[in-house]
Amino acid sequence: MTNWEPVLLANVNRPNSEKIETYLRYGGYEALRKALKMTPDQVTAEVKASEIRGRGGAGFPTGVKWGFLPKDAPVKYLAVNTDEGEPGTFKDRLIVERDPHSILEGVIIAAYAIGANRAFVYIRGEFFLGVKRWIKAISDAYQKGFLGKNILGSGFDLDVSVHRGAGAYICGEETAMIESLEGKRGVPRTKPPFPAQKGMWDEPTIVQNCETLANVPHIILRGAKWYASIGTERSRGMKIFCVSGHVNSPGNFELPFGIPLKEIIYEHAGGVRRGRNIKAVIPGGTSTPILSSEKINTPMAFETLQGAGSALGTGAIIVMDETTDMVEVVRRITRFYVHESCGYCFPCRIGGQRMLSSLERLAGGKGSNKDIEDLEYVAKGMYGRTFCPLGTGMAEPILSALRLFRPEFEMKAAESDAGYF
Amino acid sequence: MKVTINGKRFEIPPGKTILQAAQANGIYIPTLCYHEKIGPLAKCRACAVEIKGNPNLVTACNTPVTDGMEIVTDSDRAVAAQRFVIDLALSSGNHDCIICEKSGACELQDAAYFLKFEDKDFKKGDYPPNIDDSSAFIRVDHNRCILCGRCVEACNHIVVNGVIQIIDRGFTSHIGFDNNIPMGESSCVQCGECTQVCPVGALTSKKSIGKGRAWEVEKVRTTCPYCGVGCQLELHVKNGMIVKVTGVEDGSPNKGRLCVKGRYGYDFIYSEDRLTVPLIKEKGTFREASWDEALDLVAKKFKDIIKKHGPDAIAGVSCARSTNEDSYQMQKLFRSVLKTNNIDHCART
Repeated sequence: MTNWEPVLLANVNRPNSEKIETYLRYGGYEALRKALKMTPDQVTAEVKASEIRGRGGAGFPTGVKWGFLPKDAPVKYLAVNTDEGEPGTFKDRLIVERDPHSILEGVIIAAYAIGANRAFVYIRGEFFLGVKRWIKAISDAYQKGFLGKNILGSGFDLDVSVHRGAGAYICGEETAMIESLEGKRGVPRTKPPFPAQKGMWDEPTIVQNCETLANVPHIILRGAKWYASIGTERSRGMKIFCVSGHVNSPGNFELPFGIPLKEIIYEHAGGVRRGRNIKAVIPGGTSTPILSSEKINTPMAFETLQGAGSALGTGAIIVMDETTDMVEVVRRITRFYVHESCGYCFPCRIGGQRMLSSLERLAGGKGSNKDIEDLEYVAKGMYGRTFCPLGTGMAEPILSALRLFRPEFEMKAAESDAGYF
Repeated sequence: MKVTINGKRFEIPPGKTILQAAQANGIYIPTLCYHEKIGPLAKCRACAVEIKGNPNLVTACNTPVTDGMEIVTDSDRAVAAQRFVIDLALSSGNHDCIICEKSGACELQDAAYFLKFEDKDFKKGDYPPNIDDSSAFIRVDHNRCILCGRCVEACNHIVVNGVIQIIDRGFTSHIGFDNNIPMGESSCVQCGECTQVCPVGALTSKKSIGKGRAWEVEKVRTTCPYCGVGCQLELHVKNGMIVKVTGVEDGSPNKGRLCVKGRYGYDFIYSEDRLTVPLIKEKGTFREASWDEALDLVAKKFKDIIKKHGPDAIAGVSCARSTNEDSYQMQKLFRSVLKTNNIDHCART
C-alpha cells in the first residue's frame, strides 16, 4: 500500500479547518509571502517546471497555459472553475467546504504570476455551503491583507468575487463558464480564440480548476523539483481521486499519480462490497470511456489511462460490481447528459435524445436490435463532431459499453423480442 | 491564395472561409445555420469537410482557407458526417414538405436532396402540433424549427429588437418571444427579419401561405415606396400579383432588413378605393380630370392667393415618403418660385 502523507487534504479533517486562523496556524499563506518576493515570471517558470497538468479533466499543462497570455495586455482576468458537475466527482466540493484558503492562496499566487488584478470564482449553484465558505474566506483574506490593494506590501492588487452558477453542467466547460460569468446564456464559444487570448469581455483570461490552484502554493513553497519528483513522467504530483460505486468505503483519496487503479479500489476504498468481483470501472467521471475489469492494474495517470482506452478526466472512479446492469448504467449516464446538453449544436441536442430513446426502450424491455444499431450509429456520428467536448463525452460511455458489453444489450433486445410483454 | 477543392484548383482571395470559397465556386456544402449576414455559428455541424493533413473533419463555415489547402467536400467520410446531421435534423421535427410554405426554398430540403437521401436513410419525426398563430403576420411552427439560431441572432444583433431567444436547454429547447409568451403578445414589431433568415418553414409570412410556390414566382426588384430611406425590395410576383415581399440582401441601404410596412403592407396597391387619376371637386362632387387640367387649376389658385394675400399665405408640407431629392425640389419651389419660407416636412413634427 502506497504511503502518502496528504498535502492537498492535509487540513480537511482538522477542527474548524475552513477558518483562516486554522489555515494560518498550519503554515497558510507562507507560499504567498514567498511568491510575492519572486517576480511574476519566476512564479510562472516555477509552475511550468513542476509540469503540473490541469485537474479539470483535459489535463492541459498549467504553466504552458499561463505562458499563452499576451504579455502586453493591459487587462487580464483569472477565473476559478468550481463548477464541479461531472457525475462521480466530489473533490472540489471537499476543498471548497473544508479548506477554501488553500485554493484562495493559489488564486492569489496565480493572479500575481499572470498579472491579473481581478479574479472571479464560478461556483456550482448547488454548493450552498461552499458559497458561504468561499465568501467568508475571501472577506477574511481581505481583512488580513491577503487581498485588496497592495497585498502584503508588494504593490500587487487583487480583487476576488464569487459568482454562483444556475445549475448547468455545461458551465464547467471554460468558455461556457465565461459566457455565464458575463451574464449570458451558458453555451460554449468557438475555440480558437482560446480564453488565454480572448476570454471574459474579450480580454485574456486564464480559467483554472480549483484543485489545480490548490496545488500551486505547495509548488511554490516546496519547489518545482519536489513536485516533479512525485507521480509519473507525464503526470506530475498528487491527485484527489473520488471513489464511489460498489466499494466498501467510498470517498476522496489523495494519492500520487501512477498508483494502480486496483490499489485505490482494494486498499484505500476498502474493496468491493460483499466481496464481489468487479465488472467495470469508470476511471475519470462519466464522460470517460468505461474500462473492463481486466484493465484494473492500469496506473492512474493521464498517459496510462489513455493507453488503456479511457481518460483520467477528473479522477472520479466509479466502481461497478458483477451484478451491475450495464444497459441501465449507460441509460442513466445518458439521461444525465441529455438533461444537461445546452442544445447549441445539433448532434448533441438531437443525437443525445435519440440515443436516450433507444436506451430507454432497451432498458424498459421494449427494445430491438434496431435500437442497438441506431444507438451505435448516432454515438459514432456524434463522436468528435460536436461543438464542445460535452457531446463527445456523451458518446464515450455508450461506445465503450457497446464494445465491452454488447451481449448485454443484445440480451435485452432478445428478451423483449421473445414476447414476454 | 491557391486552394484545391475536390481536386480542382481555385484562386481564393484571403480572409475567406472554406464555405465561402466553395459557395463562390459553385460547390455545394450543406449548411443549416450559416447565413452570410450573421456569420458562422458552427451549430449545425453539417458543413463537415476533410482537409489534407488534418485527421479530424472540420466545419467549413468557420475554418479559414490557407494557401495551398487541399479540401475534400465529397469524400465518403465527409458525406457520412453531413448526412448524419441532416438525418438528425429531419428526425427532430415534423418536416412535412408537401404542405410547407417553404418547400422549394428550404435549406433542409435542399440538403436532403443534394445528399441524395432516400426514405430509408432518415427517421421521420412525429410530434404533436405546436404552432404559434398569435402574430398578425408571422406564423411560428415549432415542429419545423431546427434551432439553427439564425432568427435569434438576426432579432438581437441585426435588427436589434431583442425579442427572440432560446428558451430551455437541450432537446426541449425552443425559440421563444420575450419571456416565452406568444409572439402576438410579445414586444415583436413584426419586421419579419426572422422569416427572411429562417432556413426552413418554421417562421413564415402568413400573408403568403397558399399564394404561390417558390419556383412559380417572378422576383422583381424595386424601391420601397413608404418612406425616404429607399429600402430595396424584392417583390415575389405570381400572375401579376404580389404574393410576398423580401428585402434585397446585398442592396443598400437596408441590406435585407425591412420594417413591418415595407414587408407586409402591400395590399393597398390592389385597393379599389385607390386614386388613379386626378379629381376636381365642383359643386360638392368630384369629377375625373387630366393632369394638365388639374395642375393648371392648382397653379392658378396659388397665383390668385399670392396676389390677394401675399406669398406667406401659402405653406407646404413635404411628404415623408418622398426621397431627399424630391423634398429638396419641394423647398426650392416654395422658396425661390413661390417666395415663401413656409415649408416643412411631416416627419419633423
